[in-house]
Amino acid sequence: MSMSNDCCSTAAILSSPNDIVTVTTELHYKDLLGAWKVRWGIGRMKYKIDPGLYRVGSPDQTSPVLVSANYKLTFDSLRKELTGLSCWLLILDTKGINVWCAAGKGTFGTAELVNRIAKTGLYGIVSHHKLILPQLGAPGVNALEVARQTGFTVVYGPVRAGDIKAFLSSGLTATAAMRAVKFTTLDRLVLTPMELVPAAKTSLLILGVLFLLNLFAARPFGPADFIGYAGAVLMGTVATPILLPLIPGRAFAWKGWLLGLLWTAWFIWFNGWLAPGFLLLASGYLLTLPAWSAFLAMNFTGSSTYTSFSGVIKEMKVAAPLIAASSVIGIVLLLAAALLG
Amino acid sequence: MKHSYLKNVATLSLAAEKCVGCGRCTEVCPHGVFGVTDKKARINDKDHCMECGACALNCPANAISVASGVGCAAAIIWSWLTGNEPSCDCSDSGCC
Repeated sequence: MSMSNDCCSTAAILSSPNDIVTVTTELHYKDLLGAWKVRWGIGRMKYKIDPGLYRVGSPDQTSPVLVSANYKLTFDSLRKELTGLSCWLLILDTKGINVWCAAGKGTFGTAELVNRIAKTGLYGIVSHHKLILPQLGAPGVNALEVARQTGFTVVYGPVRAGDIKAFLSSGLTATAAMRAVKFTTLDRLVLTPMELVPAAKTSLLILGVLFLLNLFAARPFGPADFIGYAGAVLMGTVATPILLPLIPGRAFAWKGWLLGLLWTAWFIWFNGWLAPGFLLLASGYLLTLPAWSAFLAMNFTGSSTYTSFSGVIKEMKVAAPLIAASSVIGIVLLLAAALLG
Repeated sequence: MKHSYLKNVATLSLAAEKCVGCGRCTEVCPHGVFGVTDKKARINDKDHCMECGACALNCPANAISVASGVGCAAAIIWSWLTGNEPSCDCSDSGCC
């Protein structure tokens, strides 16, 4: 099997006589390293495997068919839960995107599933007509349409791969808990690097501008300013996601703003900037930094598992103008503080 | 802890008279929004609907409607700037 990314494990993938690749259910250190890298955004959009049919164990024509996406992180988290099972894996071409996001886009969808069934010759490989899809594939797949076009019945399995064995052994029934999407502290924690990394890239641009400003500044920006700024970024990208359900309120921008304000207030007090001579600087930071935390926290809506389009629109219609106004006024004050000294 | 987002915003609606009681909506909903009693589905918990659209797409009776879309601020900002429909196509920048 060819990998689009040379970092990926080939040791885990063994060739089999009749052209269908057999996969192991153990992950190797290369898989774990690969998972760590994509969590930090390294080679993330190229971390994929070939779509098609794979076998786990020694499946026959009566074995279940599990459908999944060709993001390698998805594929790995599925196969490691299949130890001791014999089944078929039908991997759709989702362009290296996980099941849920791909279903939202429609790449994990009816057309691709129908097409992949035909391309892999699944009719000749299994005698039954049943496909087990991950529940989170449902936003992209019209089960009725799949049945109409292919004769295969779609059964939606559990949300998490970890529940597949229980699902199979209970005659394809899922408990309410298996059907519910969670968003645990750990789930949120592993997402924070991908919030932090893009924010850090934007920050380099801001630091470049400040560096140029320092050439003219009566009060140049120094390490203390950097720490204040970095703290606000961490509040929006790391602290808000981790503490999400503990922070009062519902809107993400509000939660981020609140943490940003607490941080900024403490930071100004700590630096002794409450004194009259620092009025411009202190009020400038109180307007810009919490607004920046709010903006970054608002972006976490895209990574969360429970925000609706209508909700985010409502939140943004209020938050975006406030963030913009607060930032503009704050930046003017900070510029005045820097240039006037 | 169950997360809660803004109240009274979801566009989800159910035409109970069309419902055939198959229970597919309870199978696909990731937030337990639906329940089925006496062969009729009902919306139990509308405020937890995230408008993913799985129920409407999979309902064999076309009894459910929802304006589905991405609940992602970055995608919406991008759509405001470019005039396109909001989508998860922020491939290099972060989401999904």
